[in-house]
Amino acid sequence: MLKNYPTLKHILGRAGWYFVTFLVAVTINFFLPRLGDANPVDAMMAKASAGLDSASAKEKEEAYLKEFGLVETDAQGHVLRTPQGKPVRTSLGSQFLNYVGMSLRGDLGGSILQHPKRVSEIIKTALPWTLALQLPTIVFGWLLGNVLGALAAYKRGVFDKVMYPLALLTSAIPAFCFGILLVYFFGIRLEWFPASGGYDDGLTPTLSSAFIASASYYYILPFLSVFLIVVGGQAIGMRSMCIYELGTDYVKYAKLLGVKENKILFYMFRNAMLPQLTGLALALGTMVGGALITEMIFSYPGLGMAILTAIEGNDYPLITGCTLLVTVTVLIANFGVDILVGILDPRIKAAQQTGK
Amino acid sequence: MKLLKNLLKSPSFVFGMGLFLATLLLALFGPLFTHLDVNTRVGLAFTPPSGSHWLGTDHLGLDMVSLLIAGLRSSLYVGFLAGTVATIVGTLIGLYGGYKGGLIDDILTVGTNLFLVIPSLIVLILLSSSIENGRSLTLIALIIGCTTWTWSARAVRAQASSLRGRDHVALARINGYGTMGIVLLHIMPYLLSYIFMVFILQTATGILSEASISMLGLGPYDSISLGKILNEAIRNEALSDGAWWAFAPAMVLITVIVFALYIINTSLEGVFNPRLRK
Repeated sequence: MLKNYPTLKHILGRAGWYFVTFLVAVTINFFLPRLGDANPVDAMMAKASAGLDSASAKEKEEAYLKEFGLVETDAQGHVLRTPQGKPVRTSLGSQFLNYVGMSLRGDLGGSILQHPKRVSEIIKTALPWTLALQLPTIVFGWLLGNVLGALAAYKRGVFDKVMYPLALLTSAIPAFCFGILLVYFFGIRLEWFPASGGYDDGLTPTLSSAFIASASYYYILPFLSVFLIVVGGQAIGMRSMCIYELGTDYVKYAKLLGVKENKILFYMFRNAMLPQLTGLALALGTMVGGALITEMIFSYPGLGMAILTAIEGNDYPLITGCTLLVTVTVLIANFGVDILVGILDPRIKAAQQTGK
Repeated sequence: MKLLKNLLKSPSFVFGMGLFLATLLLALFGPLFTHLDVNTRVGLAFTPPSGSHWLGTDHLGLDMVSLLIAGLRSSLYVGFLAGTVATIVGTLIGLYGGYKGGLIDDILTVGTNLFLVIPSLIVLILLSSSIENGRSLTLIALIIGCTTWTWSARAVRAQASSLRGRDHVALARINGYGTMGIVLLHIMPYLLSYIFMVFILQTATGILSEASISMLGLGPYDSISLGKILNEAIRNEALSDGAWWAFAPAMVLITVIVFALYIINTSLEGVFNPRLRK
């Protein structure tokens, strides 16, 4: 039945593959933090047990154990005990099943540092900031980088001689170094832009014009620090793709045939663009990672900042919640690019239609 | 020899290699000239650069030049170790899958692609935050190597699978070479220049990854690295205090090393790939 809809078949195939990747990511997210001996309840108790006598400390520890699903409970919610009176620990396997079930329902557990806040609540306030910062930066940076790279390859000469080393240099500067420089010069030295935060302290995040104006003002520096690096990196890739395409037989043949230059340029651009699109999918993870650290430098109220505070406070549920969400976002973006490549690439399209 | 001659004819290779060797020499012989060890306070916090302390002091009053040289050594060490591990793992997986083909190749490719889309920084964060005690520089380098090998596996696989149909490979098979023998003796030698380029990029990735992870506060507990210097400077308000000497030199060093490695890589590409040679 699906044979008649090759594109749909392609999409479903990719969706299946990404689902498997998602499951692997969830598994990694669960097991890696548990490799070490750190455990959220110990961390909570270190904070909460001060000034408590041993009996009430024990009671509190049990309440936490129950809350984090680390002990078995009966139907009434009482902690099950061994004959020696010790609480029965839940096995790692069933903890994992609980975790997967909860994650699929969108519940990522409770935060330690900001107890009793849920991790999903914290992420819900942080995520829009991260998306608003990263999505436009990566998309526009990618577009501008490709146009500049193609121009550099085609024009050569002075344009290329100036552009190329410049692009190479910006792509060698780690995203966070660039962020630090911008904060220092434009935020602290010149005081043109605010050096940290996402909006004025006095405002609350609403859709009022005052808030939007303030948020856009705070947006400029973090945006620039990621944007310029993406442009540089993409321009380099596109330049070498285009130089390669310029030397291919079809370009020479088209030139001999007397095909108009604009048309050749269009073909060349299109052919060089596809690997760049795949490259974008591959680079997404690195870009998002770099931008997370940029958020941290600007104290931008997004996921990067949430991860940083979580790491500083040993807030394991919050760390894994954030990392899971970042992974899922990257997976979704990759999936989107994959489908776009499938639609745009005539070779993949042909392969779909012949049913290969 | 001819290769070396070609390389030395490329101005960008000479430039990149010169920059890189300069940082390497600084790391190797720098300690001979800075007699201060990195645990001695030499002045007040954030003292500006002066004649006796060329780059001032950090938030604890430690000499920045000594810190930077120690950090440079660690960063280069992490880069080389992580780069070596990543190149070996990636090359072996790529060569083996590319030569074998079939089901094994499919499994290896799916595995590689899987870890290619899961951001390596995320895996790094998860791993490093779980081993809080005993996060040594060497361990961090190994973890970085084990999380960043994916794209080199993919690149090497593509090259290896284009070589598997060659006559000399078939001859080796007829002569009774095993899979590993063919992969290592009859395919890898043809890709050595390529693998060397992969190694250079992996080293740059290693240095950048270490800096990123240290920036997040997950750096090594047993040594100073350039990323850790940055992290400490930011955390201790070097930015708002205007103490540029506490963070700028470390950033310059990271950028110079990575830039030099990138330039070496692109110039090698130009020399190894005659199509790009002008």
